[in-house]
Amino acid sequence: MRVLAAMSGGVDSAVAAALAVDAGHEVVGVHMALSRNRDQFRTGSRGCCSIEDAGDARRAADVLGIPYYVWDLSERFEDTVVADFLAEYEAGRTPNPCVRCNEHIKFEALLDKATALGFDAVATGHYARVVTRDVPDPSAPGGTRPVRELHRSPNTAKDQSYVLAVMGPERLARAIFPLGGFASKDEVRAEAARRGLSVSAKPDSYDICFVADGDTQGFLRERLGARPGEIVDAEGAVLGEHDGAYAFTVGQRKGLRIDRPAPDGRPRYVLDVQPARNRVVVGPAELLSVDRVEAGAAVWFDGARPAPGAWVDAEVQVRAHGAPVPARVRAVEGAPEGPAQGMEIALTGAPLRGVAAGQSVVVYDGTRVLGQATVDRAYRAAAAPTATGAG
Amino acid sequence: MSSTKPRPGPRAARRFVDWVTVTLPSVPAAAAYLDHAATTPLSPAAREAFVDELSRTGNPSSLHAAGRAARRTVEEARESVAAALGARPSEVVFTAGGTEADNLAVKGLFWGRRTTDPRRRRIVVSAVEHHAVLDPAFWMAEHAGAEIVLLPVDGDGRVDLAALRAEIAEHADEIALVSVMWANNEVGTLQPVAEVVQLARPHGIPVHSDAVQAVGQVPVDFAASGLDAMTISGHKLGGPVGVGALVARRDAPLTPVLHGGGQERGVRSGTLDAPAIRAFGVAVAETVAQREERAAHVAALRDALVAGVRERVPGAVLSGPEPAPATRLPGNAHFTFPGAEGDSLLYLLDSAGVQASTGSACQAGVPQPSHVLLAMGVPEHDARGALRFSLGATSTPDDVARLLDALPAAVERARAAGLASAPARTAVASRTGGAA
Repeated sequence: MRVLAAMSGGVDSAVAAALAVDAGHEVVGVHMALSRNRDQFRTGSRGCCSIEDAGDARRAADVLGIPYYVWDLSERFEDTVVADFLAEYEAGRTPNPCVRCNEHIKFEALLDKATALGFDAVATGHYARVVTRDVPDPSAPGGTRPVRELHRSPNTAKDQSYVLAVMGPERLARAIFPLGGFASKDEVRAEAARRGLSVSAKPDSYDICFVADGDTQGFLRERLGARPGEIVDAEGAVLGEHDGAYAFTVGQRKGLRIDRPAPDGRPRYVLDVQPARNRVVVGPAELLSVDRVEAGAAVWFDGARPAPGAWVDAEVQVRAHGAPVPARVRAVEGAPEGPAQGMEIALTGAPLRGVAAGQSVVVYDGTRVLGQATVDRAYRAAAAPTATGAG
Repeated sequence: MSSTKPRPGPRAARRFVDWVTVTLPSVPAAAAYLDHAATTPLSPAAREAFVDELSRTGNPSSLHAAGRAARRTVEEARESVAAALGARPSEVVFTAGGTEADNLAVKGLFWGRRTTDPRRRRIVVSAVEHHAVLDPAFWMAEHAGAEIVLLPVDGDGRVDLAALRAEIAEHADEIALVSVMWANNEVGTLQPVAEVVQLARPHGIPVHSDAVQAVGQVPVDFAASGLDAMTISGHKLGGPVGVGALVARRDAPLTPVLHGGGQERGVRSGTLDAPAIRAFGVAVAETVAQREERAAHVAALRDALVAGVRERVPGAVLSGPEPAPATRLPGNAHFTFPGAEGDSLLYLLDSAGVQASTGSACQAGVPQPSHVLLAMGVPEHDARGALRFSLGATSTPDDVARLLDALPAAVERARAAGLASAPARTAVASRTGGAA
């Protein structure tokens, strides 16, 4: 196959590219330039977007003996990932930009351009597995057809199936994750060292790549401007002030700037962000607990979509490194001309705390990813809805 | 030392047709190398001189026998370069390449002229100069109080002489220097250097010209040009990388940029690189001696290339002047392919064994829309789909055929890829529409 290896300049994507070469593919390395003014992006050794990272990727490609190009996807990145990030916070929701980057950049802009240029697949350094299984084919009685499934990495600490699930089945057909079989990051680093890749000891990146110094609130303030408003409790009593409701996230405890302690002395959390009234609602932890989730823009992998109206038992995960919890899930049809279909989730075990609109929810059956959607609303079935989105 | 030992005869000019048959190990034999404006293959004669000189010891500034031998090598190369370019040997200042020579010209002339008269702050350059001229000029504006005057160009990339005339009429006393390249490195346009000199000279304004792309392709005579300073570079004409020269009149007011041992009449300190300089001298002599013959060779290939691209690729637009000896470098062809991105085209051609260039500078590997094309009035979107094909003495009809075979499919594919990666501004709205 002709494989485009997305090379961030980090160790994972370098080893992934190396393994694609080993597998006998014709591999070309591509580094994505995601910022017009690259000085604004994080520099130093932790990034995926700085000029040093582009140089590291080039060096790795040289060592592997593969061609290397830089593709300028900065305009697309600004128009999708950064714009979504700002719009979501502005709407009182909590976006995950890494999910959006996979959705719009890696497995859309990059993948589509690669396909148009004649590549068969894009390889990335994500920790996830693709499993192809034969299932009965209803259109050919007695026959089978192959189904491509996305699974968790055996390296549970690094598993990235959560941020990949958004790609859906059509994209998965053209994606390969050569690190899928690695059980630990140390193994990947050892593999890099063995191959003489100088990025073998490069630190991991954690922060949002376009937010300098990890200061999300500062970034939002700079891009959205100050919009002072009130912090209130669930009854509407004013407890303090804020510089912009957009900077708060449901479940957040720190940085609330409330001068009066709660009467019972317990900590207070953000329960709701109401952009229309520019208000932030705070309250005790138990009001954060939810057991129902409604999510939109759902994608289902091949053969994973529940029959219309049927509830299926599964597990759901609402954070990149959160634990999966048991739930029953069903698909919800969207209006024919309206927004995409969604899903309804009823937690069957302990409730979840601090589920914010905008978060990605991923549905699993064991290690297999069934589908993904974006949270619109989370509430407690027993009581009136508490934590809601912008509505 | 072996200073009296006769050297092998690298200065004996070879016929370029012999050179054509040489297989160059650095370029896969199967690939068509169409990027001579980026760098040229080292000529066998220059290589022989270079390798021979590498085995000799001696600092040209040393006074003992070894030093004297190295000095002789350097001075013979200086005479060779001067003779080939219509200059006097004392006018040749060796540098570590074209970029350094351009920096010396822009900064050195600015400081030199301003020292004499502090009003002289204006650096007048064409908008299509190489970055080695533009960037020092802008640096001087940021750090040394210079003022930049960018001369516009017409749609072919030719500098607007009326603008220069007006600038001189209004600010003659404030102009430190004028710099207009001999030939453009991207689109090959020959600039009216003689007219520029005619306008500036009556006012005593020094004129510099970057002739890096011109030497060996068109006649270049420093004395006849009336220039005060002129940049040349080794690896653009069959010599090694890392050596070049600023040819400068003895009375050009050049303040040194590199300070140290005082070599090169105090204008450019640094130990003279005798092997590179000797090879450079051989290459300049060779390329100038064979210029006419080579120019006819590459012009014929280039004309076939241009005709072939126009015939086979719908929508291809030739940038720069219609090919003619008086208007354009013989080895240059430059096209825009609207709707295609240059980096896609480069990849597709490279994988088909054709090596070309977008012609413009990269920032961390990202091809930027060319300032040359933008100055010529090419829309930014079209400028992103630019490719330069530059031919040299070793180019063959097969190289052109190979390009013409690969290009139509590459352009079609790159256009499809351009559509695939075009910004989709609706993506965000459709997803969060329900919640905002």
